[in-house]
Amino acid sequence: MAATTSEVRKQRAQIGVRTLRGDRWWLAPLGTFAGLTAWLLYALIRTATQSNYWVDGYNYLSPFSSPCVSASCAEGARHFGTWLPEFPPLIPLGILVLPFLLGFRLTCYYYRKAYYRSFWLSPPACAVAEPHSKYTGETRFPLIAQNLHRYFFYAALVVSLINTYDAVYAFFGKNGFQMGLGNLILLGNVIMLWAYTLSCHSCRHITAGRLNHFSRHPLRYRMWTWISKLNAKHMQLAWITLGTLALTDAYIGLVAADVLPDLRFFN
Amino acid sequence: MTEIERHSYDVVVIGAGGAGLRAAIEARQQGKRTAVVCKSLFGKAHTVMAEGGAAAAMGNVNPSDNWQVHFRDTMRGGKFLNNWRMAELHAQEAPDRVWELEAWGALFDRTKDGKISQRNFGGHEYPRLAHVGDRTGLELIRTLQQRVVALQQEDDKLHGDPEAYIKVFQECTVTRLLKDGDAIAGAFGYWRETGNFICFEAPAVVLATGGIGKSYVVTSNSWEYTGDGHALALMAGAGLINMEFIQFHPTGMVWPPSVRGILVTESVRGDGGVLRNSEGKRFMFEYVPDVFKDKYATTEEEADRWYTDQANNRRPPELLPRDEVARAINSEVKAGRGTPHGGVYLDVSTRMPAEEIVRRLPSMHHQFKELADVDITREPMEVGPTCHYIMGGVEVDADTGAASVPGLFAAGEVSGGMHGSNRLGGNSLSDLLVFGRRAGAGAAAYVDGLTARPKAPEEAVRQAEAEALAPLEREGGENPYTVHHELQQTMNDLVGIIRKADEISEALGAIEKLKERAGVTGAAGGRIYNPGWHLAIDLRNMLLVSECVAKAALLREESRGGHTRDDFPGMSPEWRRKLLVCRLDGSTVNIEEKVQPSMRDDLITLFERDELKKYLTEAELSEYDALVEKEA
Amino acid sequence: MGYKAKFRVWRGEGGDGRLEDFTVEVNEGEVVLDVLHRLQATQTPDLAVRWNCKAGKCGSCSMEINGKPRLGCMTRMSTFTEDETVTVTPLRTFPVIKDLVTDVSFNYQKAREVPSFTPPAGVKPGEYRMKQVDVERSQEFRKCIECFLCNNVCHVIRDHEENKPNFSGPRFLMRIAELDMHPYDVADRKQAAQDQHGLGYCNITKCCTEVCPEHIKITDNALIPLKERVVDRRYDPLVWLGDKIFRRRSEKTS
Repeated sequence: MAATTSEVRKQRAQIGVRTLRGDRWWLAPLGTFAGLTAWLLYALIRTATQSNYWVDGYNYLSPFSSPCVSASCAEGARHFGTWLPEFPPLIPLGILVLPFLLGFRLTCYYYRKAYYRSFWLSPPACAVAEPHSKYTGETRFPLIAQNLHRYFFYAALVVSLINTYDAVYAFFGKNGFQMGLGNLILLGNVIMLWAYTLSCHSCRHITAGRLNHFSRHPLRYRMWTWISKLNAKHMQLAWITLGTLALTDAYIGLVAADVLPDLRFFN
Repeated sequence: MTEIERHSYDVVVIGAGGAGLRAAIEARQQGKRTAVVCKSLFGKAHTVMAEGGAAAAMGNVNPSDNWQVHFRDTMRGGKFLNNWRMAELHAQEAPDRVWELEAWGALFDRTKDGKISQRNFGGHEYPRLAHVGDRTGLELIRTLQQRVVALQQEDDKLHGDPEAYIKVFQECTVTRLLKDGDAIAGAFGYWRETGNFICFEAPAVVLATGGIGKSYVVTSNSWEYTGDGHALALMAGAGLINMEFIQFHPTGMVWPPSVRGILVTESVRGDGGVLRNSEGKRFMFEYVPDVFKDKYATTEEEADRWYTDQANNRRPPELLPRDEVARAINSEVKAGRGTPHGGVYLDVSTRMPAEEIVRRLPSMHHQFKELADVDITREPMEVGPTCHYIMGGVEVDADTGAASVPGLFAAGEVSGGMHGSNRLGGNSLSDLLVFGRRAGAGAAAYVDGLTARPKAPEEAVRQAEAEALAPLEREGGENPYTVHHELQQTMNDLVGIIRKADEISEALGAIEKLKERAGVTGAAGGRIYNPGWHLAIDLRNMLLVSECVAKAALLREESRGGHTRDDFPGMSPEWRRKLLVCRLDGSTVNIEEKVQPSMRDDLITLFERDELKKYLTEAELSEYDALVEKEA
Repeated sequence: MGYKAKFRVWRGEGGDGRLEDFTVEVNEGEVVLDVLHRLQATQTPDLAVRWNCKAGKCGSCSMEINGKPRLGCMTRMSTFTEDETVTVTPLRTFPVIKDLVTDVSFNYQKAREVPSFTPPAGVKPGEYRMKQVDVERSQEFRKCIECFLCNNVCHVIRDHEENKPNFSGPRFLMRIAELDMHPYDVADRKQAAQDQHGLGYCNITKCCTEVCPEHIKITDNALIPLKERVVDRRYDPLVWLGDKIFRRRSEKTS
């Protein structure tokens, strides 16, 4: 038999199971699924109820309802003016920017990984077969729209400015400078939002990533190195900001509903 | 009788490491239809393991550097046994070869003014090694691989077939060279993947198969290093020179056992790493030989100052040529001052901050962390000598790489002469490029000069086929893995770093017995990708080259570079004039003495008399004196 | 010190085969490849496995160990418990030749489809001047040892054989990024990345980065920046308008 010419047939190893991984690979996508779903439900309920988003006097405005520019908003919360008539029930008061914020996060390079893996199971984990029989990725509509991330980033910059204004605005009441625990929470939230927004891959690209000669643009290169460091923490920042957003909204909600008294440091 | 796949080419290059690819690129650029045959996948050759860099006197870091200085360093490192013409060509052409790589897409580390950065290395007077961190070999092989692809893309545009002029036959082993009378007519081999046979008809064959390290247990070499090219050349009638000179790299990993022998790059020492024994002593100061006394620091203070101020201080003795350091480590371990696992400590952890170590030695840091679970930023490494490189190889013409057999060429580690008795670190990558190109050009010119294409006799093809099939057809033969291991142990123990006449004779006896056993090995299984069968075939080559090494080592009664005789510890000017040439006579290796040609006048006068008198005979010295007088 | 380990190794030719059980000795400090070599030397002389340097530098011994794509030489036995069965299978994405050896010619085919480094005309060897900061990004990608674990793990072709003609895999998309970021390369690679090499198939789920034995940040540093460069060229009307109005030359010169 040794002298006969053997033909090598070319096909993949026929291994019946979907994966030979024995570790708990399903834990991470399950956790992501649970975390994102819980957050979305919370945000949906909170925004749809149109209530307890504003603490008068302390000037706390929940980021979910900012900017509050419709006639449905509490008088004090309309610090950018009243641009829209009254909203019917169930419509979030921050509807003007929420699509952009949602879009920014939906097209974010980290969140894409997170939900492709945990919601769409494409793939659920590395070296675990996905259940779909066809796959075209982001080559065609609708997913080709993921390439619009950059525009959502520009919009997110504007929203971050609004959130910053809200946080600063809350420090100035009728009697001048004031500060409570809510101010610190708002401020912390805004700082994390900026960190998340600036750590975006598109931002990294715009600062200098698109250049081929860093050495000819020293300032942009410095910015790029700085953003690159932040970018390495994009995933962590994505989750931290979900946390701070929910925490900020919940705190303001509890104070507005008089469930919790705000801890005041100053005025 | 089965059908054998046949191909016709102008040039067949055996080996796809740096030398092979550079030769193939040259042959193709000269318009020759070229085949590259390699045992592994394309781009996996042992060249990827080279870490330090490619030595080329570009003078980017220190403008005082030039080819004459590089030539002197090379001759000194090789203890004046080098083929001086090769050393000269190498020093002159290395910069062009490195720059050429850059034009093909290589990205070397840069100096402040944007040129190719160069680093210090043992035996080199100036910072001379073009490098990319500590993965220079990978950069080199990838660049050449991508150059081959670029040429294929060109051919695709021109001829509609990317493989029209250069084709890579990967995972294909050549077992025999075919001859038409005296001249090369082709090569015979098998596909590892299918076990089917393949026959190349070609008037020119370039050997670029690398070294022989797999004849030793402790080696930095990969499985491919079975001395194929050495053996093929011998069997085709060519001579091998300098086979007794084997470089034991001083710093191989000694722990854990699974990675024993794997290299710790010399840049660890070039960048500040020091060697200590188990008593914590920096012992290298005691091992500076007389010939190097005035070039190396005598105190730790001076040595440490050198890293920041090289102009005003002498270099640390850790940067002595490799053979000196390897012998020193060997002596320390033998004197009972070794580490628990039989090495010495190589320490960078106390010499620079952790981030700097990671930045300057990334792949070393990675290698120790992943393979040995040792963090080199926190603790010292345990290192010891490992079989690394063979200076000896096919005797070739310096300018063309041609061996004595018409149509046979060799370049890189498989060729001999360039490095004399000891190779300087960094000189191998530049050697590959310089002589790879020259061998490719030499083969192309040879083909141009032919009036008729030689033709391999069918009988030789059938013989080669039968020889290759024999282990598969033997039922219950000797286990090839066992024979291989015994050969490795024999060579390591008896023809290793320190040699004695009686031990070498014992080794020769053992090799004779192993040859018989290798003749009756059996390989279980079929022809498809059968490593046992492949090893059984490779054994022939390993045994042949081991015999060459042992026989030459027994004859050379002196110690020089990569050949240390316990019973003849001194270097002899008489022996410097002699080359030992191995030839195959039937199935045994015979050795002839040959006179080493004298250096050309303008080259020998590059040296001071004081230095030459350590190497040359009285007669040679008076010739030198006369020469100097005439010029004055 | 030593112990007897339980190994399950996929054995077979072509696609047909099965997992075979072995009990084999393991010593301190060994890696999976050592154990496979011991199997060859003592029990199965014809067990096919690719390997070369055994130091994580050549990328030959790619295989799947307990379902995860890994290098055999870089998987220490100490990462398993002594009673754990170690399952070793060939790369799933490529056809099997025999045992643990697969036909990786897909990768060589794709390598040939990426246009080579294209320097501007007139720059002679030796005249190249590049700053360290300008070459560092591409240097990271050139650390690649071509083990093809990234291409093996990528679900785009691992789970969908039919995508192979249209997708070059992380390895070669990274090669395009490397060339596109090269300070001297003048070829336009953005359109080709999207159209011929299937960058759009990548849904940045990062398995390539997870399995890379060289720890190259393939997704963050190569694929996403390349996607952004494609956006510059194809999906950003402002850039498009700017290019039209100012007749800006390609980004290559900046």
